[in-house]
Amino acid sequence: MKNAPISTSLEQKLGGAFLVAAALFFVVVMPSLNAFAPPGSVLHISNFTLNLFGKFLAYAILALGLDLIWGYTGILSLGHGVFFGLGGYCMGMYLSLAIGVDGVYQSALPDFMVWNRLKELPLFWKPFYSFPVTLLAVVLVPAAFAGAFGYLAFRTRIRGVYFAIITQALALSAWLMFNRNELNLGGTNGLTGFKKILGYSLDSVGTQRGLYIATALVLCGAYLLCRWIVNSRAGRILLAIRDAENRVLYSGYTPSNYKLFVFTVSASLAGVAGALYAPQVGIITPGRIGVLPSIEMVIWVAVGGRGTLIGAVIGAIGVNWARSYLTSSFPDYWLYFLGGMFILVVHYLPDGIVGLARDTYAYLEKTKGKLFRTAPAPSVDPAPAMTRADRS
Amino acid sequence: MANTVLFMEDVFVTFDGFKALNKLNFSMDYGELRCVIGPNGAGKTTLLDVVTGKIKPDSGEVIFKETTHLTRMKQEEIANAGIGRKFQTPTIYENLTVRDNLELSVKQDKTVKAMLLGAVAGSAGEKVDETLEITGLRDKQSWRAGLLAHGEKQWLEIGMVVVQDPDLLLVDEPVAGMTDRETENTAVLLKRIAEERSVMVIEHDMKFVREIANRVTVLHEGAVICEGSIDHVHEDPQVIELYLGRG
Repeated sequence: MKNAPISTSLEQKLGGAFLVAAALFFVVVMPSLNAFAPPGSVLHISNFTLNLFGKFLAYAILALGLDLIWGYTGILSLGHGVFFGLGGYCMGMYLSLAIGVDGVYQSALPDFMVWNRLKELPLFWKPFYSFPVTLLAVVLVPAAFAGAFGYLAFRTRIRGVYFAIITQALALSAWLMFNRNELNLGGTNGLTGFKKILGYSLDSVGTQRGLYIATALVLCGAYLLCRWIVNSRAGRILLAIRDAENRVLYSGYTPSNYKLFVFTVSASLAGVAGALYAPQVGIITPGRIGVLPSIEMVIWVAVGGRGTLIGAVIGAIGVNWARSYLTSSFPDYWLYFLGGMFILVVHYLPDGIVGLARDTYAYLEKTKGKLFRTAPAPSVDPAPAMTRADRS
Repeated sequence: MANTVLFMEDVFVTFDGFKALNKLNFSMDYGELRCVIGPNGAGKTTLLDVVTGKIKPDSGEVIFKETTHLTRMKQEEIANAGIGRKFQTPTIYENLTVRDNLELSVKQDKTVKAMLLGAVAGSAGEKVDETLEITGLRDKQSWRAGLLAHGEKQWLEIGMVVVQDPDLLLVDEPVAGMTDRETENTAVLLKRIAEERSVMVIEHDMKFVREIANRVTVLHEGAVICEGSIDHVHEDPQVIELYLGRG
């Protein structure tokens, strides 16, 4: 096998067993405990908790994409809320139309349109009567948007902090746009009041469990996709761009094409995450799009550990879990906690939770040798993080 | 103009009124190992920037291998046409292995699609092995490149440029910051590379220049003021006054 990037070594040590176990836990064990363990038993997972984790896993899909572009390629995007929102709104439009005449005003138009005195469904809403078209749009709309934006940004060699700033401006302007009623997407209130998906009631426990399982499966798929990309030779070019973009250019590659590719993939994953979020949370608003949510997403990845993929997943679930606990138990302190966590990670744990685990593991390995002096201490490994895969 | 690998005629480059290259005329034959020297601000690095397409000249011609007009090409196109550039400070992929650094640099289809889906070309491995051998990095091929010593990083980058299989190699101050021993090894390495390719070296270290160069070009204020063997250049009164005399 070819040498995988250095950052995968921890996962290689764990032999993938941990990943398989984690996937089984989220896809099979959690929903089973929800469905079959008797309520009141310690093993029972409530509908509320399962639904909460459905949301976290959707966030984890987005975090994977963000890690691809930030952790691996070194491009900080502060605008991923926009792509999440695009996916969420595409799904939201389908769900709004699926309400049919069961809305408050018993009109075939979504309630907010009645409220805004619209007579007719705007043309761009019409494709969203179809679920397959919606699924395509969830992937392609954010991709097209990121493609156009990235094309302009990367071709003109906008990099580093400048790219971060313009993506932040993108998030702000998208937030302002989506707040406007003239866009016919529900303005400040967003899209809500969803009742059915594919004919199944969203209020039913079974539908929500199904959505949870779908989210867990998509997360597994997204992880495999990202793993495949970073393990390919193109994935090594992404790391190379992060470390020495000029060298990549003078070696005859076109870095802007690689950046555009990874930015587009990343945006699609964010869109898919948004589409899974909308039916589980029951609402999508401009509040999910703006500057703050976009920055929070970056914090998930930083906390979990950049450039590891698994860290993005751990960070997205961990931070949001902490958030839901803290906002209900200590509502006033959440933002301090979030800020504190970010400072802590940036200052003391640049590689996040995964980096901490890796260092602890390395430390234990070293001290184990010292404690039991059975053999002369091994010479210091010049490349401790190196994978020793056979090269023949 | 036959047999020239690089030909530059009346090249002007201006930055905010400062003439970085001022009617530069320069040519180099196939198989030459040419050293370009000159005081700071003489335009040495600008010369490399123009050849590699980083800077478009205000006017003038830059022709590679007699027919390729470089001023109309993008940087990566120029690289793929056969011009490799070694930067002044070691510019390598620190988080990849030494071997990966070389493998990614091999001449191959470098589109996203090919790198995502395609396999490594069969001949790439041999080229990488050969380059590991001449740069003396064979035993460290599975090291993370960031762990190499400064001199080794410089050799790795030279190796990365060689494995691209360029006809013309541009090397910017390769021995800056090297120990004497490393400098000697670098001289041997560059001479060996120059057996098969044309090499242009920009250098301050006159001892090193004496060691490797066939011909030396002296730049001053964006133009060539003297060219010839190292001894010829050393005896040129203008050069002594402008550059060598100060040392």
